[in-house]
Amino acid sequence: MSISTTTLSDRPGDPGRSDILAVAREQVLERGEGLTREQVLEVLQLPDESLDDLLALAHDVRMRWCGPEVEVEGIISLKTGGCPEDCHFCSQSGLFASPVRSAWLDVPMLVEAAKQTAKTGATEFCIVAAVRGPDERLMGQVAAGVAAIKDAVDINVACSLGMLTPDQVTRLAEMGVHRYNHNLETARSYFPNVVTTHTWEERWETLRLVREAGMEVCCGGIVGMGETLEQRAEFAAQLAELTPDEVPLNFLNPRPGTPFGDLEQMSGPDALRTVAAYRLAMPRTVLRFAGGREITLGDLGARQGLLGGINAVIVGNYLTTLGRPAEADIDLLGELQMPIKALNETL
Amino acid sequence: MTAPVQEPAADGAAQFCDQCGAPAAEPGHERCAARRTLEPPRFCPQCARRMVVQVDPFGWTARCSRHGETHS
Repeated sequence: MSISTTTLSDRPGDPGRSDILAVAREQVLERGEGLTREQVLEVLQLPDESLDDLLALAHDVRMRWCGPEVEVEGIISLKTGGCPEDCHFCSQSGLFASPVRSAWLDVPMLVEAAKQTAKTGATEFCIVAAVRGPDERLMGQVAAGVAAIKDAVDINVACSLGMLTPDQVTRLAEMGVHRYNHNLETARSYFPNVVTTHTWEERWETLRLVREAGMEVCCGGIVGMGETLEQRAEFAAQLAELTPDEVPLNFLNPRPGTPFGDLEQMSGPDALRTVAAYRLAMPRTVLRFAGGREITLGDLGARQGLLGGINAVIVGNYLTTLGRPAEADIDLLGELQMPIKALNETL
Repeated sequence: MTAPVQEPAADGAAQFCDQCGAPAAEPGHERCAARRTLEPPRFCPQCARRMVVQVDPFGWTARCSRHGETHS
């Protein structure tokens, strides 16, 4: 990894730190080379007064290397709750006193949700299950659901079913699942503070298998879980090393009953700095606004994010919580003159 | 977390908070009220049982084993 060429003081907020913006402009905007871990840290340490300039640069980078299109996605929980894992942010773990109860969705409801999602112009529909990894019952349900959706709706189907075996990866690819989501969630060094029932390396192995099978790799995480800025920068570099096709960026929404239920929400400026920093680390990826943006950034956040490096959104609700009305995001894209990515561009 | 299960009031009025399951008349539901805009109900407002909730991209359904299903 190269070291930043800027000369900086160690004091956060030092005006000298804005030099990183000049470096990023030449390195990322002009040459398309993402920022290193050390450079991302400098960006994350920029003072609030530099935020507008940072967001503008991240937007320029996104427009230059990705274009104006925005990828729109809907997500659905096929199997909710009762998960044996202990991801400390998650209300669907069966190990915590969360109010979320187990539920299964049937195939007709899955197809109806995909139809409604497609009506918004979305090109992506992601089927999610709260599991360590899929068992045969779940694989069967996914196979039936994917086939039924493909028969009824013109939309790309993605899945997020936890850790996979090589055989399961092959079967999902054969079903026509075009993208697989498996978040690393946080920096490798912080992961043991977030999950103890499996390892960061196990997740990485699933991602490797997914790529080998020819599916697109979707991998992101959650920021604001108590990680340091250094670890937030570390995570950006680790994601960049993975070169995922898509990075969903979530902001912790502290869930009642979970170990992280009493953590403070991260501030809006910190969230926006993270968006921009991750764009500068990964200039060509699909960077998706995901869960927690409503409570962290409010209604203005969607606009600021889309003008600060984001080029994909989850519309409507999330897995167990509610989002902004889909129409609000679609109307905003029209207002910002950002076309929704068409299906034929994603195939 | 779950409040003791009780029979609904004769007039059908909500007795329990749908976010935390505690009696609605008790003080301290400010966070629940703030949360409600971005959360589906989790507890039956009539009996405080935890409900089976399914969120989809454009709505939700919540089912109480005693009092049936409600939806957005």
